[in-house]
Amino acid sequence: MAAIYSLFIVNKSGGLIFYKEYGSAGRMDTNDSLRVASLWHSMHAISQQLSPTLGCTGIELLEADTFDLHCFQSLTGTKFFVVCEPGTQQMEGLLKHIYELYTDYVLKNPFYEMEMPIRCELLISTCRRPYRRIVLRCWGDECTLNFVFCSFFPPVH
Amino acid sequence: MQFFGGSEISPSLPASTAAGNNAHMIYVFNRNGVCLLYREWNRPVRTLNAQQDHKLMFGLLFSLKSLTTKMDPTSLEKRNLGVPQLPGQGCSFHSFHTNTYKLSFMETPSGIKIILVTHPRTGDLRDPLKYIYNLYVEYVVKNPLYTPGTPIRFELFNTALDQYVRSLS
Repeated sequence: MAAIYSLFIVNKSGGLIFYKEYGSAGRMDTNDSLRVASLWHSMHAISQQLSPTLGCTGIELLEADTFDLHCFQSLTGTKFFVVCEPGTQQMEGLLKHIYELYTDYVLKNPFYEMEMPIRCELLISTCRRPYRRIVLRCWGDECTLNFVFCSFFPPVH
Repeated sequence: MQFFGGSEISPSLPASTAAGNNAHMIYVFNRNGVCLLYREWNRPVRTLNAQQDHKLMFGLLFSLKSLTTKMDPTSLEKRNLGVPQLPGQGCSFHSFHTNTYKLSFMETPSGIKIILVTHPRTGDLRDPLKYIYNLYVEYVVKNPLYTPGTPIRFELFNTALDQYVRSLS
């Protein structure tokens, strides 16, 4: 079964606004996750500078020895990236669905302040069918549906 | 290809189907970050001067390596981000894609880094990179006129490299 290890959402200035782990071996602490997120933000920008041709929008897939990192950048510069097992398929679709959830549940929340950590408590069970299907395909069982957006983001400070 | 009865370059050439020039450029760095070789075949956009470009590339690889080591979801021990590592230590990476290019990366135990930048839809280049490393060993390391750590300026190596890279699909 393909597994997803973690999900990050980074705002347009490189700050981590959402982070959730789904079973990595050693847990990263809050400071490390913030550092990793902003490091990724910079690497993404540098990869655009090094492009041999015009129109580069940054790293979309990083293939490491033990994981794959898929990254999706929205038009406004918010980056969504998942760390998953090597060779996992359909991650672009998953990232787009996460982006939809973000626009629906976070951006349309009147109490959400832009670029701030996401603390909206959301019920994933209300989300639409296609997403449920994708999650089921990726994680394999129903209980993991609770994972994506339905917990608080841990306080940064 | 065998010179002094040493190692053969490779048992067989890695699969290189259909001719086509997909490669944009190649970088070879040693473990100190000195750019030993830079060759480009197709690079319309250049934003920086050569030296800055090499520095930026080495920095990108170095940081990506520390990022992947830190992120490695299978290892229990978590070192601090950015701790210096020996070649082969920690979780590394072998390629990344953007919408305009694919970068394939290989690091040898001696710390030589070979970077090949190609078209984004190129397949897995791990074997071709090993072959390029073999070319480096045969044509550069075994050359008695070569001083380690200096830029590579050997016609024969460049020709062999060009020829091989052009054959990659």
